Amino acid sequence: MSTSTSTRTESRQSKTDQVKVQESGGALNVFSHAFLILWTLMAAGPLIWVAVTAFRTSSDILNDPMGLPSSLHWANFANAWNQAHIGQYALNSLIILAGSLTGTMLLGSMAAYVIARFTFPGNKFVFLLFAGGMMFPVILALVPLFAVMENFQLLDTRPGLIIAYIAYSLPFTTFFLTSFFRTLPTGVQEAAMVDGASHTRTFFQIMLPMAKPGLVSIGIFNFLGQWNQYLLPLLLNNENESSYVLPQGLATLAIAQGYRGDWGALFAGLTIAMVPVLVVYAVFQRQVQAGLTAGALK
Amino acid sequence: MSIEKRAAKPPNRLLFFAAILLPPRFTPMSVRYDRRYRTLDKYRFIAGFLAIPLAFYAIFVISPFIQAIYYSLTDWSGGPIANFVGFDNFVKMWNDERFWDSTTTSLTLLVIAPVVTLVLGIFFAYMITAGGRHRKGQAISGVAGSSLYKVVYFFPQVLSVAIIAVVWGRVFNTNAGLINGGLDLVGIKGPAWLGGEYGLALIAVLTVICWSFVGFYVVLFSAAMGGIPKDIYEAALLDGAGRGTTFFKVTLPLIWDTVRTGWVYMGIQALDSFAIVLVMMPSHAMKVTPVFLYERFREGQFGYATAIGVVLLLLSVVFSLVVMRLGNRDRIEY
Repeated sequence: MSTSTSTRTESRQSKTDQVKVQESGGALNVFSHAFLILWTLMAAGPLIWVAVTAFRTSSDILNDPMGLPSSLHWANFANAWNQAHIGQYALNSLIILAGSLTGTMLLGSMAAYVIARFTFPGNKFVFLLFAGGMMFPVILALVPLFAVMENFQLLDTRPGLIIAYIAYSLPFTTFFLTSFFRTLPTGVQEAAMVDGASHTRTFFQIMLPMAKPGLVSIGIFNFLGQWNQYLLPLLLNNENESSYVLPQGLATLAIAQGYRGDWGALFAGLTIAMVPVLVVYAVFQRQVQAGLTAGALK
Repeated sequence: MSIEKRAAKPPNRLLFFAAILLPPRFTPMSVRYDRRYRTLDKYRFIAGFLAIPLAFYAIFVISPFIQAIYYSLTDWSGGPIANFVGFDNFVKMWNDERFWDSTTTSLTLLVIAPVVTLVLGIFFAYMITAGGRHRKGQAISGVAGSSLYKVVYFFPQVLSVAIIAVVWGRVFNTNAGLINGGLDLVGIKGPAWLGGEYGLALIAVLTVICWSFVGFYVVLFSAAMGGIPKDIYEAALLDGAGRGTTFFKVTLPLIWDTVRTGWVYMGIQALDSFAIVLVMMPSHAMKVTPVFLYERFREGQFGYATAIGVVLLLLSVVFSLVVMRLGNRDRIEY
């Protein structure tokens, strides 16, 4: 093998290539940036428009939708928070989320730990049961779920909504965490048992802390999924307007304000709903992106 | 106490049964180290940890799904009585013009939305991972600020669909919307997007669906493209492949599995564009099948609504199978 000759020709060739590519690379670079910036405007444009317009009076908005605020009209935010009950809706959302997210993470990790770490008859069946639940659209269960909730007298109650959120988050949570618990080393668990820790204690004090990266990913996934949930509250929490959650309240408000023409309050309400989520996302963007795309990559 | 001593003395039977109900911490040592107790303790733990999650899941997820199959064959209207009517609901659906109207729209979305979204997603992902200026000694390089692009593109994914629908309802508004306001500036009088003309309404819904999901696929695909080893690109470059050839002969085949999964997932999302249509559209402009289902449910036609749900499930299963079959290529290991 004449290594020296081949390297020499290769280097010569790559030099000419590099020159050629650099020229086309420059053009492509401009071209790709142009497209990427265009879509940046597309993606952020409507959201920025809503946030900016929230500071204008309703009559200004109707006269000239594209204009900038002449002065900061904070009254829209006060109206949205008090008269349009956005404050109440946000509080409802928080209460529901506190219960449902805790419940989902706790129950999901318990089930996943047992499935991943213990052999027992029916282990595989239970795993497939949870995994299978991911494939069915919620809309199929819509009507019977309504009836089940009614039978348990859980319709239009907070516990009912919390339980529904938990139940419909369990399949993916359990599935995801099972594969995560499987990757943890067995030695630590055995050592804890030898030292006399009970199963329960081993789980809460040894295994859960070790599973933290997985818990964070799936926690973010569930946080966004449950905070943004619209179909389940529409079905199970539709009776009493004062118990609406945020997306539900805003959708109702959009219809009501459409008739009354009070656009300012609606835009302010949308801004109040969007900004905290976007800020949290901007801070934890890496984890959020990983968490939300985890489902499709698995 | 040595181990032999413990093993030599079998625990008292009564104590053993009492220990089943006691937490381990209060169980006497002699029982705790017994083999039978250990097995029992294990199963007690498994049952205790699985009971509540399984109960919630079985009652509120599995049982509604199974009931749905049964109720789709009844004339149930919410009361205690549900008469078995065979396939009457499905026959009724077949003859129901409103069902066909909404389902035609749903199927149109099912075909167009995934293609548009995935093409845009792949295009932007490739621009981000390979559109950059060539640096010395690198066959491929990402554009500057790639993570910033991904952050902004991903915005819609963290918002509620209901909120997205409200925002876009305003953007498409005839008199004071962003789009018609913009058209006004260049002297064009914008149409009533959501005002009843079917074609415009369809374009509006497609825009919103694509807008919501492109960012998701940009992140997904650029992660997949980032997983392709650099030396494959170097080899392609040395062989004289241009950008286009590199993309179609190297990048696309190597991320094909992810593309196919994304296609199925996007199709299911398009079929379930419930919240967007319900919140954004005035009811006369257009409907999709889930909205049609929801309206029948609100009217109290529970059996009929469930049957529509079953048809939706069948549609998504058929779609998944078709995509899996159409998109079947030899898997490339790298």
